[in-house]
Amino acid sequence: MDFAYILSRAVAQGLPLLYGSNGEILNEKSGNLNLGIPGIMISGGVAGIVGALIYENSVAEPNGVVGLIVSLLCSVVCSLVLSLIYCFLTVTLRANQNVTGLAITIFGSGLGNFYGGAISTILGISNNSIPATAAAYKAPLVPFYDKLGAIGTIFFSHGFMFYLALIIAFVSWFVLKKTRTGLSLRAVGENPATADAAGISVTKYKYVATCLGGIIAGLGGLYYAVDYSNGLWDTQSFGDRGWLAVALVIFVVWKPNLAVLGAFLFGGLYIAEIFVPGLTSATKELFKMLPYLVTIVILISTSLMKKKENQPPESLGLPYFREER
Amino acid sequence: MAEAAIELRNITKRFGSVTANKNISMTVNKGEILSILGENGSGKTTLMNMLSGIYHPDEGQIFVGGKEASIQSPKDAFDYKIGMIHQHFKLVDILTVTENVILGLKDEGKLSLKKSAARIKEICDMYGFKIDPMKKIYEMSVSEKQTVEIIKVIYRGAEILILDEPTAVLTPKETDNLFSILRNMRDSGKSIIIITHKLGEVLSLSDKVAVLRKGEYIGTVETKDATEQSLTEMMVGKKVSLNIERAEPHDCENRLSLTNVSVTNKEGVQILKNVSFTAKSGEILGIAGIAGSGQKELLEAIAGLQHLKSGSIVYYDPKTGKEENLRDKTPLQIRDLGVRLSFVPEDRLGMGLVGSMGITDNMMLRSYKGGKGMFLHRKDPKTLADKIIKELEVVTPGTDTPVRKLSGGNIQKVLVGREIAASPTVLMAAYPVRGLDINSSYTIYNLLNAQKDIGTAVIFVGEDLDVLIELCDRILVICHGQISGIVDGKSATKEDIGMMMTNLPESKTAEEDAQ
Amino acid sequence: MKVKAAKEPLVRIAKRTDISTGLSYGIRAASVVLALLACGIVVMLLTSGKISFLEVYTEMLEGAFGTARRVKITVRDTCALLCLAVALAPAFKMRFWNIGAEGQALVGALASCIVVKLMPDMNGALLILIMFIASVAAGALWGIIPGFFKAAIKANETLFTLMMNYVAIQLVKFFAVLWEKQKGAGVMSTLTTGKLPQLFGVDYGWSIVIILVVTVLSYIYMKYSKQGYEIAVVGESENTARYIGINVKKVIIRTMAISGALCGLAGFLLVSGTHHLVKSDIVGGNGFTAIIVAWLAHLNPLIMMLTSFFVSFLDIGTAKIASTCNLNDFASDVVVGIALFIILASEFFINYKVIFTKSGKKAKEGK
Repeated sequence: MDFAYILSRAVAQGLPLLYGSNGEILNEKSGNLNLGIPGIMISGGVAGIVGALIYENSVAEPNGVVGLIVSLLCSVVCSLVLSLIYCFLTVTLRANQNVTGLAITIFGSGLGNFYGGAISTILGISNNSIPATAAAYKAPLVPFYDKLGAIGTIFFSHGFMFYLALIIAFVSWFVLKKTRTGLSLRAVGENPATADAAGISVTKYKYVATCLGGIIAGLGGLYYAVDYSNGLWDTQSFGDRGWLAVALVIFVVWKPNLAVLGAFLFGGLYIAEIFVPGLTSATKELFKMLPYLVTIVILISTSLMKKKENQPPESLGLPYFREER
Repeated sequence: MAEAAIELRNITKRFGSVTANKNISMTVNKGEILSILGENGSGKTTLMNMLSGIYHPDEGQIFVGGKEASIQSPKDAFDYKIGMIHQHFKLVDILTVTENVILGLKDEGKLSLKKSAARIKEICDMYGFKIDPMKKIYEMSVSEKQTVEIIKVIYRGAEILILDEPTAVLTPKETDNLFSILRNMRDSGKSIIIITHKLGEVLSLSDKVAVLRKGEYIGTVETKDATEQSLTEMMVGKKVSLNIERAEPHDCENRLSLTNVSVTNKEGVQILKNVSFTAKSGEILGIAGIAGSGQKELLEAIAGLQHLKSGSIVYYDPKTGKEENLRDKTPLQIRDLGVRLSFVPEDRLGMGLVGSMGITDNMMLRSYKGGKGMFLHRKDPKTLADKIIKELEVVTPGTDTPVRKLSGGNIQKVLVGREIAASPTVLMAAYPVRGLDINSSYTIYNLLNAQKDIGTAVIFVGEDLDVLIELCDRILVICHGQISGIVDGKSATKEDIGMMMTNLPESKTAEEDAQ
Repeated sequence: MKVKAAKEPLVRIAKRTDISTGLSYGIRAASVVLALLACGIVVMLLTSGKISFLEVYTEMLEGAFGTARRVKITVRDTCALLCLAVALAPAFKMRFWNIGAEGQALVGALASCIVVKLMPDMNGALLILIMFIASVAAGALWGIIPGFFKAAIKANETLFTLMMNYVAIQLVKFFAVLWEKQKGAGVMSTLTTGKLPQLFGVDYGWSIVIILVVTVLSYIYMKYSKQGYEIAVVGESENTARYIGINVKKVIIRTMAISGALCGLAGFLLVSGTHHLVKSDIVGGNGFTAIIVAWLAHLNPLIMMLTSFFVSFLDIGTAKIASTCNLNDFASDVVVGIALFIILASEFFINYKVIFTKSGKKAKEGK
């Protein structure tokens, strides 16, 4: 089988994970362990399909780019609303983060699959595909990629969301590492009391980072829904990608730049069973365990090494209340 | 007339039912050092936290530069050029000095760590700080961290500096250095507020002294008109004659002997160094020293909570006369040896008690394993709880009310009551009257004296020298983890002890240099 | 110098130091009512108004209690959720965030199936006993692993247990394919042996009785046993635990063994009592829902009977409506999610009080 093709599939598999983990990193850097990310990814993805479907069914000759924009907006709004619920409960009302996150995931995956599983019934339309929008997403930004050989296939055969993911990862890395905003955000996640004393609005940073993170993660769902799956949602197939994205955060020790490599590696592992010879359909399932096992190994080894820089943000999972005494 | 930098008017702050600050008014002028003097728990830190935006007053007004100010957040405080150096450092461990210093600053434009580091270097050179701007905080010693805090405030161009007990963690030399820096800053027109309970520092450093007592403002005096005596009177209210009864020790025999005990902490810093002493039955042995000189580690080492680097801890069993080495035994192993060791730790709710549990369940902490079977036996603890409530006059709605909801004095009575109920042969108490009112304090003194009378070896770690002198038979003075001497409670003076707290005898210093 | 106009914040938040039991129960009851009302509205929206507001509730009641069979299913589902919530309680009490109940229950279910497959000729009570032991042991092991690493090297337990879920899921998928009834089905055929019999002529009777007994025992364990006391002390303050000589590491590992074992028990009951096979979604996300159920009950196993019933009722009731309206039953998750948001939010008003400050200084000065 074509090796370049395998790699390009690995990249495609890795993209939802890259978006998801990038979003979760921003969440966790602000001290919010958002276990709602899997739910946000699913509902953010389905929202995109619903938006595009409504658009494509309301005009005679749908324009792909308009469909793309509509679906993008729907996804962003949906992820934003869920993230705001999470923030309001955990930051403003100081509810337990784990419990709230799981509730978000129950709600978000329920909402996504509810609409995703029966869009045409609910909307009362016969057509449930979005060919124009999906084509717009899938159009390679570099149309002559096939002339670039293997590199072209691996890196340039993808739609614009591939580049968007890389840009977001780069910007996240840059902001976290090189700007005052990033410095403040890291301080909020490490030690909110100190950040507060330094005049940084802990609440504002947590809200903004969590909402941006949620939107980014939702884009991962969107990519999966409209690009990877051609706009056809199957309630079973998204599977554990959301949790894999959370795992990836640990794997890349909270670094967005490493997340790019990690995502493609995880993506590769996710589909490697197809290409590794000698696997039975049963052992393939064992193979899929690898990303999680690797993550556990990373978790153990970072705890063992106790290198401060590779630990989770210190206040991860804890609410902050200034007048605590 | 001097220009007022900050004026507080009728500030009141409550936490739940506790009034931490009551109707406080005071003024600091430009180019002036004001000391805020008060005992632990007198509300000094709370008051200053309202200037730095951590808390917000329930009542009253704050004027900065003559205009009414609303300080809702630390950011507002910066805008008013108020900078506070907290007792507990507000630093992010995994960040560098530079990153911590510029944290939260917005008006410097693009982030350039190099440029900021250069400015920090300038400040360091100006004042003689020795610090690497690129060093991470978690690699630093306590005094280095304090330096970072001060640099942070200077970097931000603060005009009003508030320092919360800055010398508690410093060596005398570091303290002198700090004071000369503060004087320089005053001379350049800055206002400095220093929170302290050390009279010596107040007199040597400040221009004015404001005194707080139990959350109330007592008054402000010019330092040149003040003496240790007059300040003490303001601080404690009346002439310090505590009238703690001290009976003659009787039937003293060796109960607990420490020989060359050394302890290092997790970071590898030596906390205790060759500590040797013997506690005797029927006497109260006081331990005096600046906070953080190793008192906590010393008691924890005896209680089996600290690993000893070297040395031995020998217990003489009064019944059998046997000697037991307690070194590196766990608290349970110590109890299994039949050693009745009671320990009232400094951190009452964080260590001695479980805040969310009622008095009954807290009574069980030491004894829950007793009795047959896998189930708890709550009957005896309940009886004990009722007894302690009655005998020590603990004010509580009931035996099931979480102890966290009780007042400090009542919490302490519960803790001390429990530890004494175990009829100990050795009783250790760390700062048992901290934050307590006078009545509760005397209850505790009486309990300790009663223990002494029935032959318990009592070890009392205190901070108030008057109490130590009046209560204890012998006083061991600890300085930087070493014993600088043991004095007789009846003949010792505060000055002697104060000197020993800050200086090791020359023989030991020489030893130090030789190493 | 930048000087702001003097202003006071309109709202301040302070921790409640005392709240009367009456008020706290009042707030909770109000939140449940509010949650139910919200659910009604959400269901109306989801069904695009096909049923009226009041019909939502009659339909829900009908779905949960309409027939004897439905009552049985409601009780069965409540118990399945309850068992996992009860299993989580000791770990949470210790402030150990075990979010691996899903995986611990799955390996428990898997262990039961392995036992049956390994002993094809055995039957009856002995087989069931061996299944039971295997499941409990497997669940315990799945709990001990993250517990050990937390105790030994402080590895973050939330993330660790989360990962263990997916290791368990893949393990189950592996066996499911290994045992699949026909090639490509990916589902094993139902077991013919190792089934719990009816009790008092009721299906799931054994499961229900076992879970209720475990719930009561767990309540007693947490409240009256020495080990339960140790868990509470370790959860509240490790320093206190050290001070009185509790071996914190031992307690962490032991408690996680118990927590995992009870999850394993839930897995055993799913296989032996209900489904008679194992598949990766046999726990069906209950391992996660149980976390919320346990939390809302303030970790009290007896109150968990109420919270797990509440969640199951919403779940089943909404599923009924969804099927009547020809919609998919993911609607249940949406409704449960909304209800959880509201109840979680209400906790804030129990723990904190909101103080409305009189706005403006002027008013004060005027006095």
